Amino acid sequence: MTRIVLNGVSSEIDADPAMPLLWAIRDIAGLPGTKYGCGAGLCGACTVHVNGSAERSCMITLGDVEGAEVVTIEGLDPAGNHPVQRAWREMNVPQCGFCQAGQIMQAAALVAEKPNLSDDEILVGMRDNICRCGCYERIVQAVRLAATGI
Amino acid sequence: MMHAIEKLVRAERATKPAMTILKVDRRVFLVGSGAGLALASFAGPLAAFEGYAVGGSDMPNGVVTDPRIFVAIDPDGTVTIVAHRAEMGTGSRTSLPMVLADEMGADWARVTIVQAPGDEPRYGNQDTDGSRSMRHHIQSMRQMGAAVRTMLARAAAAEWGVAEGDVTVGVHEVTGPNGSLGFGDLAAAAMALDVPAAENLAFRDESEFRYIGTGSVPITDLHDITTGKAVYGADVSLPGMLHAVVARPAVVGGKVVSFDAEAALAIPGVTRVVELPAAGSPVYFAPLGGVAVVASNTWAALRGRDALEIVWEDGPNASYDSAVFRVEMEATAAMPGAVVRDQGDWDAAKAAAARVISGQYYQAHMAHATMEPPVALANFANGALEVWAPVQSPYGTRKDLATFTGLDEAAVTVHTTLLGGGFGRKSKCDFAIEAALLSKEVGAPVRVQWTREDDIRHGYYHSTSIDHIEAAVDDSGKVTGLLHRVVAPSIMSIFMEDSGYLANWENGMGHTDMPFDVGALRCENGKAMAHTRIGWWRSVNNVPRAFAMQSFIAELAEATGRDHKDLLLELIGPAREVDPDGMGLPDGLWNYGESADVYPIDAGRFAKVVNVAADAAGYGQALPEGEAIGLAVHRSFVTYVAAAARVRVVDGRVEVPEIHMAVDCGFAANPERIRSQMEGAAVMGMTLAMHSGITFENGAVVQSNFSDYQMVRTDNFPRKVTTHIVPHPFSVPAAGVGEPGVPPIAPAIANGVFFATGKRMRSLPIGDLV
Repeated sequence: MTRIVLNGVSSEIDADPAMPLLWAIRDIAGLPGTKYGCGAGLCGACTVHVNGSAERSCMITLGDVEGAEVVTIEGLDPAGNHPVQRAWREMNVPQCGFCQAGQIMQAAALVAEKPNLSDDEILVGMRDNICRCGCYERIVQAVRLAATGI
Repeated sequence: MMHAIEKLVRAERATKPAMTILKVDRRVFLVGSGAGLALASFAGPLAAFEGYAVGGSDMPNGVVTDPRIFVAIDPDGTVTIVAHRAEMGTGSRTSLPMVLADEMGADWARVTIVQAPGDEPRYGNQDTDGSRSMRHHIQSMRQMGAAVRTMLARAAAAEWGVAEGDVTVGVHEVTGPNGSLGFGDLAAAAMALDVPAAENLAFRDESEFRYIGTGSVPITDLHDITTGKAVYGADVSLPGMLHAVVARPAVVGGKVVSFDAEAALAIPGVTRVVELPAAGSPVYFAPLGGVAVVASNTWAALRGRDALEIVWEDGPNASYDSAVFRVEMEATAAMPGAVVRDQGDWDAAKAAAARVISGQYYQAHMAHATMEPPVALANFANGALEVWAPVQSPYGTRKDLATFTGLDEAAVTVHTTLLGGGFGRKSKCDFAIEAALLSKEVGAPVRVQWTREDDIRHGYYHSTSIDHIEAAVDDSGKVTGLLHRVVAPSIMSIFMEDSGYLANWENGMGHTDMPFDVGALRCENGKAMAHTRIGWWRSVNNVPRAFAMQSFIAELAEATGRDHKDLLLELIGPAREVDPDGMGLPDGLWNYGESADVYPIDAGRFAKVVNVAADAAGYGQALPEGEAIGLAVHRSFVTYVAAAARVRVVDGRVEVPEIHMAVDCGFAANPERIRSQMEGAAVMGMTLAMHSGITFENGAVVQSNFSDYQMVRTDNFPRKVTTHIVPHPFSVPAAGVGEPGVPPIAPAIANGVFFATGKRMRSLPIGDLV
């Protein structure tokens, strides 16, 4: 039994602590918003926040986050109105949408880390999240909008 | 009695864990009960559009135009519209209902969309592929919208006792001399009316469109996608569901000789180890076979698979080696092939030429690498099978599931979830069949999850190819003939005994259908046998054909001292519709299933997109050292796209700061999604140009994940894509945009590199550095 604060709720997850956090979130906690994309920390589809920092949930174990605050896309904002989510909708970013939860979680951490991000900082900050549909231009615009209001 | 559409609403809500509002007592009225409609001419009173024939009628189960199948109206005014095509990112799930809603007069804010299960006898063709959704269905959506609008108007007129001409259908309400009634108020009365015949329908004038052609409607799943509530293939769960992963043969045609499951079964959570039968030949969409590990969670299944000890027999493809095969294809390309187009006299043109200039181009295999790897959930219980899967052809999947499980089609249900990317991979339902076979075997619902490595190593690969091109040039530098010879394994090899030759429909994708105005034009196809599963991949054969020919024309311009754009336009020739009967095609023109009368090969439209893209990019202007604008144009899926890519080479690294894309897809139904498709095509095109190479050694795929099958990322992607849509009225037949944006990108980038550095890129992928 591993204790974490999952989307603001103290939770006990009944799974092997060696299980990757991704599968604990999806299969055990039943939160399907966090996506499996590569299982190797290469695509960012499974990005969640651990104590406010963007992490690849496929690369850390449930045991690694004992006692930590874990936030998934479902818990980013109670009404789904985090500034990054609103910016995403404003720019009509997604195509298939599969990678977008990871993109949004990455962007939300990036925006929280540093206000008034430059474009170069956005490009570097989002480089580890793959979008196969190729929404990058709009992703950059949405992160800029969320970060700077422009 | 519950209407079928309400069943869809309930089924869809049941799969959404986060959905909290469930109106269980909701009644949905049928809108109309009259005779079904035939797709006929649309010479309505307003004559707002004349119908035209599309290939949709020739697709299995055709196009359905009965609004009772697609539309329901609640008493509260909610309009429910069925999306019958799969959504993989192109926006068809939004754009087709949007067309219907606009013509009907519905307020988009009060429209709910439900996804149809695989049922083509009911909904018409659902095979979401070939950039067909908008092309085949824009007219039927308008027709159904107009029919519902007419029925609502008639119901209101009857209610008020006034003539139909005295009522006006506004936005979500009907207004008469003495007031207004909402669509919900009229739904019950409208239900009692016959569906008006197509020839009696009036259509809105284009100036009345609120959504069609305006790009004002965000995609219907936007909120769900941004909040993690959108449901993809791995997001549906059933009570008692088990998780499975499969160890598949590394070589297509390989078999399990023996396996030891003891260590796998010792992993906590692993419940069963099941051998799956090897695929036969031709391989079709059959699972590859292997050994499945079934467990209580995905991680246990993965650990169990790692613990399996399997002895494989690799079979007849064990020696497939990409480097060796390339040499073989090159040898074949050096000799004449089967003639698949012979216009004019190439031999004479070549004999008379002052110079013969040639070029040869290679493309490696490619994997689709959808962000969502293949995944499916199946529940085989009580002699029936229910499947939730991200499939492009839900009815085709249903039929295949019936075949592979021995069930009647009637006992199989296929729910289409959202697709986390498709690109042709999810036309092949091998992963859904795996889930069904395993659920049947273990007696519980089973989700089969493919890992990224599974996806990269067990795909249906885009064909590898050699394109050999020769041009005959006279004393004045004029091109008097072209020879284009293609050597590539055929997609048909998965469906029938491999002949080694491409099908007419493959040759028709950018090889034999080009408009060139030269004296002689010969196309040939050399033999190449398939040694893996060859599948269609976004834009299909058009990708290597456009890369080769559009690269060659740039080389030809350089060799003959011509400006690239001038030569390109000269080869396209004067504005005209190319006569298919004069093209020298022994098997006739394959025009994506469309009549050349409705969707002609129009040289004027080719030239137009070239000029629009080139002008917007500032083609011809002086650029800094190491920069150039690369041009390319291609028509695929009856849509014309030109790309003008500004390319910069910095220390060998190719950068693409800007691409102008000009697209002519006939009438542009949803410009906003057309732009997003072009932006995405630019990125995917750059990825395939720079990185996408699947290679085989000892019959097996070498690559494994995004580490060695790389994608373009935000640190180097086409930074600014500007899409220029050639405007047309509704009367110019609409075409799709899911695929046509891709083919011109790689040659535009390669040509940019060429003019910036003098280095010719003749092999795809180019690699990290030039």
